[in-house]
Amino acid sequence: MRRGEAKGLGGVFVVAEVRRGRLHSCTLELTSKARELADRRGKDVTVVVLRGPSPEGVGDLFRYGADRVLLVEDERLASLNAEVHSRIVARLVEEGDPEIVLAPATTSGRTLLPAVAALTHTGLTADCTGLEIDDETGLLLQTRPAIGGNVIATIRTPDHLPQMATVRPKTFPASSLGERTGSVERPELEEALFESGVVCLEEETVDDEEVDIQDLDVVVSGGKGLKRPEGFKLLRELADLLEGAVGASRPTVEAKWISYPHQVGLSGKVVAPRIYLAAGISGAVQHLAGMQTAETVIAVNKDPEAPIFRVADIALCGDLYEILPRLIEALRREREERHD
Amino acid sequence: MDIAVLIKQVPDTDEVKMDPEKGTMIRDGVGSLINPLDLNALEAALSLTGQRQGTVTVLSMGPPQAERALREGLALGAERAFLLSDRAFAGADTWATAKVLAMLLEKTGPYDLILAGGKATDGETGQVGPEVATLLGLPFATYVSRLEAATEGVTVRRTVEEGYQRLRLPCPCLVTVLHDLNEPSMPTLAGKKRGRRAEVTRWGLADLGLDASEVGLTGSPTRVVRIAHPKIARKTAFYGAKDLDKGIAHVLALLREKALLQGGDRP
Ligand SMILES: Cc1cc2nc3c(=O)[nH]c(=O)nc-3n(C[C@H](O)[C@H](O)[C@H](O)COP(=O)(O)OP(=O)(O)OC[C@H]3O[C@@H](n4cnc5c(N)ncnc54)[C@H](O)[C@@H]3O)c2cc1C
Ligand SMILES: Nc1ncnc2c1ncn2[C@@H]1O[C@H](COP(=O)(O)O)[C@@H](O)[C@H]1O
Repeated sequence: MRRGEAKGLGGVFVVAEVRRGRLHSCTLELTSKARELADRRGKDVTVVVLRGPSPEGVGDLFRYGADRVLLVEDERLASLNAEVHSRIVARLVEEGDPEIVLAPATTSGRTLLPAVAALTHTGLTADCTGLEIDDETGLLLQTRPAIGGNVIATIRTPDHLPQMATVRPKTFPASSLGERTGSVERPELEEALFESGVVCLEEETVDDEEVDIQDLDVVVSGGKGLKRPEGFKLLRELADLLEGAVGASRPTVEAKWISYPHQVGLSGKVVAPRIYLAAGISGAVQHLAGMQTAETVIAVNKDPEAPIFRVADIALCGDLYEILPRLIEALRREREERHD
Repeated sequence: MDIAVLIKQVPDTDEVKMDPEKGTMIRDGVGSLINPLDLNALEAALSLTGQRQGTVTVLSMGPPQAERALREGLALGAERAFLLSDRAFAGADTWATAKVLAMLLEKTGPYDLILAGGKATDGETGQVGPEVATLLGLPFATYVSRLEAATEGVTVRRTVEEGYQRLRLPCPCLVTVLHDLNEPSMPTLAGKKRGRRAEVTRWGLADLGLDASEVGLTGSPTRVVRIAHPKIARKTAFYGAKDLDKGIAHVLALLREKALLQGGDRP
């Protein structure tokens, strides 16, 4: 909507991430960030929760900065139906007149929010890693990496409302403000909003924690330098010791040494773990695009000139089949000492 | 089944240039190719129509040279190609792109199924597919790693954080795809020949009946206000063959410092 048609009196809205009926932690991160932005604008924070009937409360949201929760619980919202969910969020946005709408840049957020933007005719910035209020204009400055992280763009939505962004999980900390309360409202929605020809046939949870490599603190990745598929066993061992996930470069995925959900990079996933360990990965820009914002990078490569070393905090130059077993050994020893 | 595939031409270089004034990408003069995921979308379209008959149409919005991407689509087996090209479209954000693509689909359709890549390697937004679907009032599915024709619709498997979601969508609908949907094929010699000869229909602003203010940069709600080229400066501690012990000790110290070493007895 054009500014004028919409006024932005409704403050900051956060669209909650619900997985299997539960609020995901990235919702708390966004609520904290929303609090900060809303305070700058002297406005309220509303968290929109769409889900199937759930015994779980939404009380946590207040502690992280929400003033109000708009709760829609309906059997038909138990699994994501992009059409229905986006229609409902768009309706709540039209009624609530927020200035800013945020959702996590997860598969759900990145599905829902573009549809909401289309329905409310406004802009949307994908996958933001920075959000600020511009001192001069009061507009939201949305920062995002693009073109494989080679550029960082700052984007504004000057003439439309709301200003919308999806935000990469783990970008902002969730910080509790202590005991706080707020209101829980259950908006009335007409039946027509729930109508859809789309049927959810099945949902399958993969208990392989490694599949979501974006969620863990440590990612241990392997590249063509592993030379053979069994190399990933070594990485798995290391990852297990660090309660981390296994990642991979594209050629290893193409060679079917490991499955696509593990691929890190431009055409795979973007990860920003606390520790990223790259073994036998040269560090092509397309790979760097997926990991260069990690807090700390450790690289193992036998080529002292490998580009990966240029983005590494710790460079271990040598044969990975010598270095990784030694590292695993050292970790085991450390672990045993702790258990003694 | 008549299928439309949205194809974006993306730069083939790591050195993408930006217009510092407008904050938009300069697409002229850079080598380019079809966005990789769009090839997966096209492959899916060709295999669905191969099984059940129907036509495949490729569509793109871009500068005149985006015609090359469409010809590649024709070489791979698409039957019709439409290029939306007009100075007025330049600098479009996802909203303004989706808007004109939606109109083009409406005017060249009807289609039973519209396919798009999950995201493009340049903008990396993944927003155009869902926005097009919504502007057309169609149901849609994103992150699709399996796609099959069903009676009166399609069934898809979405790959999401916790696993998979299987959906049945009625046609017409829009689906955005992932890399592991299939293995795109290479064009045959005969295909290449066809791709060179076949017609690519050009459409401009006037053909859509839109005003210049509604499209391109002026029709875009978002504005790029700043572009930075980040240099991630890391001070590298380098350990060669002789001091690997020190290097490993450094790694351990780091893990300890970050409290990532509790080794199983974490709460
Ligand atoms: C459009 C496009 C998208 C792409 N997307 C991605 C993407 O998402 N992710 C991605 O990763 N790539 C992507 N690529 C591919 C990318 O350009 C590189 O080809 C790829 O990242 C290289 O993978 P690698 O480092 O495993 O292999 P290589 O470049 O072959 O590197 C292997 C490294 O291992 C080292 N090595 C060998 N043996 C040993 C040993 N015994 N011990 C230690 N080190 C050893 C070598 O010195 C070398 O540096 C993309 C390319 C294009 C064109
Ligand atoms: N200019 C365009 N012309 C045709 N299709 C496009 C265009 N931009 C985006 N798309 C489609 O939308 C998908 C996602 O692109 P994006 O939203 O830019 O990441 C692409 O893979 C294409 O299928």
